[in-house]
Amino acid sequence: MIAFILRRLLQSIIVMVAVAAVSFTLFRFVGDPISSMVGQEASIADREALRDSLGLNDSIISQFLRFMGDALQGEFGISYRLQMPVTELILQRLPATVELALVSGTLAFVLGLSLGVYTALKRRGILSNLIMTGSLIGVSLPTFLIGVLLIWVFAVELRWLPSNGRGEVVALGDWWSTGFLTHSGRLALILPAITLGLYQMTLIMRLVRAEMLEVLRTDYIKFARARGLSSRAVNFGHALKNTLVPVITITGLQLGSIIAFAIITETVFNWPGVGALFINSVRFVDVPVMAAYLMMIALIFVVINLIVDLLYYAVDPRLRVDRAAKAH
Amino acid sequence: MTTEPNPTPKEPSRLYRMWDSDLAYAFRTAPVAIAATLVALIIIGGAVFAPWLATMNPFNPAELNLMNGFTPPMEPNAFTGETFLMGADNQGRDMLSTILYGTRTSLFVGAMAVLFAMVLGISVGLFAGWRGGWVDSALMRVADVQLAFPAILIALLVFGIARGFIPDNLRDQLAIWVLIVAIGLSDWVQFARVVRGATMVEKNKEYVQAARVIGAHPVKIMFRHILPNVMGPVLVIATISLALAIIAEATLSFLGVGVPPTQPSLGTLIRIGQSFLISGEWWILLFPALTLLALALSVNLLGDWLRDALNPRLR
Repeated sequence: MIAFILRRLLQSIIVMVAVAAVSFTLFRFVGDPISSMVGQEASIADREALRDSLGLNDSIISQFLRFMGDALQGEFGISYRLQMPVTELILQRLPATVELALVSGTLAFVLGLSLGVYTALKRRGILSNLIMTGSLIGVSLPTFLIGVLLIWVFAVELRWLPSNGRGEVVALGDWWSTGFLTHSGRLALILPAITLGLYQMTLIMRLVRAEMLEVLRTDYIKFARARGLSSRAVNFGHALKNTLVPVITITGLQLGSIIAFAIITETVFNWPGVGALFINSVRFVDVPVMAAYLMMIALIFVVINLIVDLLYYAVDPRLRVDRAAKAH
Repeated sequence: MTTEPNPTPKEPSRLYRMWDSDLAYAFRTAPVAIAATLVALIIIGGAVFAPWLATMNPFNPAELNLMNGFTPPMEPNAFTGETFLMGADNQGRDMLSTILYGTRTSLFVGAMAVLFAMVLGISVGLFAGWRGGWVDSALMRVADVQLAFPAILIALLVFGIARGFIPDNLRDQLAIWVLIVAIGLSDWVQFARVVRGATMVEKNKEYVQAARVIGAHPVKIMFRHILPNVMGPVLVIATISLALAIIAEATLSFLGVGVPPTQPSLGTLIRIGQSFLISGEWWILLFPALTLLALALSVNLLGDWLRDALNPRLR
């Protein structure tokens, strides 16, 4: 068990160092950091002095180590385009993305789970077939197209919901702003949350349905029925409980995808989050922002994967047996 | 001298054997597959022959008439009296012609990206499966790590990094190739994993050992002997990947980080269309969106069908 955790931790660290190396290469070799800091009239001697004082003449290894040290302290330099510290920019925009991801993640999980259970229990129903066909379209529709179509129907034609921005936000403390507390903030969340959550919802729904159908065929379910348990107890107490392990794992892993797809949703809805910031940094080759976003996303993914793996290991005894068998 | 008997005159032609094969039979009896193929062929044909089919070259300013701007579909324009099947956009471009050219860009990028991913994935997969040992585990670990991230994120990152390294004046020229590499790099893992798995099975079979005994070069064994035997699943992945690559390209172009504005793809057209939605010019958005949807869905369905048809367990 401890060996497994250590190996898994080591792997995560290696991934992070690799991402940091990519990030550093980007930072150091794209364009000339000096010319983006000083004006045209700076003399060559001035440039050399600045180069020296910034440590750009040191060996690559020691520069990389310094970069890593700064990154560990959350220091990524100044955005070329917005002339603000990158860390501050990201922190400013993080609440918008986190709130959006939370709402759409919850939506996807709750709806996906209930629709999945429903379609598995009423396999031949007309409504189930309708839902399954609908989910096929949901999987093939690109995220941005879903967003655009929702804007067309609910913002342009029906005029029910706003199509861009976060609405009014309320500051909570120094570093968090929330849209949950105002009416316009909640209204503005609806369309982006649906756009972002739809794909994950169909995915969770199909997974729950498949797992549920599998479990319902097993002997212990038949036995539970034969014992005369109510179908409610069998379906929810026995069957659903056993489908939840893989479902929770996949949902956990999908959390990362939600953050990635937030880039698209935020652009469609002009949502002032980290994803929109990143897209602009790619468009204008704003290297410090790109490097910082890369590190942040990698960290989120690595942490989520680590937690999910450890949870899985703790929850599923079969995995432990498997690994033990493989080791011998 | 004895006359040779005619070499089996009733030998069925190659075409007939193809028609008679299991795969062709499965295809003939699957209406969904036939419909999907038809739709895909119409769109692909339209894209390939765009210069001959389109009524105008939408990117030649000399052919545009600004007076035609915002002409609704199937209605004669108030000033010029011209009618457009799918309407015209803000600059008076015929939407149908624009879509034909846009699909051409989308398909080109999608197909090249899949080709790139396929060549890279197959090479890595064959090499890893053949060599085994630490080379194999190192390559597959890289693949695992990449698989943990969504493809679109990888493509975006590669695109952003590559753009950073390319000098300003070359960025627009090289954008399409950078895009192809970015999407291809986000997608090679699937190919590598499947080919590696199959190679590990195949390499212990007798025909491979026979080839080894003859003294064939390992590269020749990999590509001439093993590769043809793992082509089935590769084909399935390639089809599904094509749909994904087309969507990825459309997404990136929609986000404004894909193809240059001088060579719009379906994604660019949808982005342009979105900005006219509020003012009510719906046709500038709807037709490119429908084309993208039809293309992605038909290729996807075809891939699904191919996977089922080639899977012996489902027969």
